[in-house]
Amino acid sequence: MSDDAKPKPVAVTLTPYARSLGIELEDAANDAGRNSHTLAIDFSRNIEGRPGHFHGGATAGLLEAAGYAILRATLDADNRQPILKPVNITVQYLSAGKQKRTYAQGRITRLGRRNANVTVEAWQDDRSRPIATAVMNILMAEPKT
Amino acid sequence: MTSELHEFDPEAAGKMFFRGGHTGYLGLRYHAHGTNWVELELPWREDLLGEEDREVLASGPIISLLDMCSGMCIWTTRKVFQPVATLDLRVDYQRPAKDRSAVIGHAECYKITRSAAFVRGFAHDGDPENPVATLAGVFMTIAMDPRNV
Repeated sequence: MSDDAKPKPVAVTLTPYARSLGIELEDAANDAGRNSHTLAIDFSRNIEGRPGHFHGGATAGLLEAAGYAILRATLDADNRQPILKPVNITVQYLSAGKQKRTYAQGRITRLGRRNANVTVEAWQDDRSRPIATAVMNILMAEPKT
Repeated sequence: MTSELHEFDPEAAGKMFFRGGHTGYLGLRYHAHGTNWVELELPWREDLLGEEDREVLASGPIISLLDMCSGMCIWTTRKVFQPVATLDLRVDYQRPAKDRSAVIGHAECYKITRSAAFVRGFAHDGDPENPVATLAGVFMTIAMDPRNV
């Protein structure tokens, strides 16, 4: 298969809040039609809570942005453009976020017509040792025509 | 220095906390407190929006607001500042905040043990009876590293 025939990863648009916080797209891939997007953020004063550590709210912001990124990319690939409304997020904090570049990647656990259930992991040095995980429920409302 | 002389005061502490870091970047402000609860305000700001074409605060800063209210209501309940780590935080979003509206966060520490603190709360944009989000969280005291004692 030539490069042209390979499905291209769908670009993601980050929210104004995510961009303001310093979140950026680290990597986008399309593996056998399945999109994956890794977001990343460098440590800065803007995300510091306890001195030298991530604020729990900033970690949650990164997880949430990664959850929206993978959902939006998957819906785009499916030609769906619904309005996304957060229903809830549950964050598990596993270890302190240190002063390091931090990554997050979401995975769609279940994509229905009205609701998506998304699982997200954030990590620093070691992908297999996440510093936080989240489960999000996101409502997909069709835009009014 | 004893805690009797320097009882944790969320209003005074807020002035210090919100000078910098993540909460300073968000522009959080002290709003009110009681014996086991704290209220903070998250002002509306253009770069904290959740969507490009709507003037509604993103959900992310509301998590940060409620996380900070939680920490401060724990210190207010304990009457002393002692670092805590968020273990589990759940936020349910009932509805978007109003356009260009500031959001008030309220968190209450309803149970505290030596190592854990249990918190519930909500966020509203003017009417506490009609919240934009509700919160449940568990926090752990950060133990002193025995190697440093």
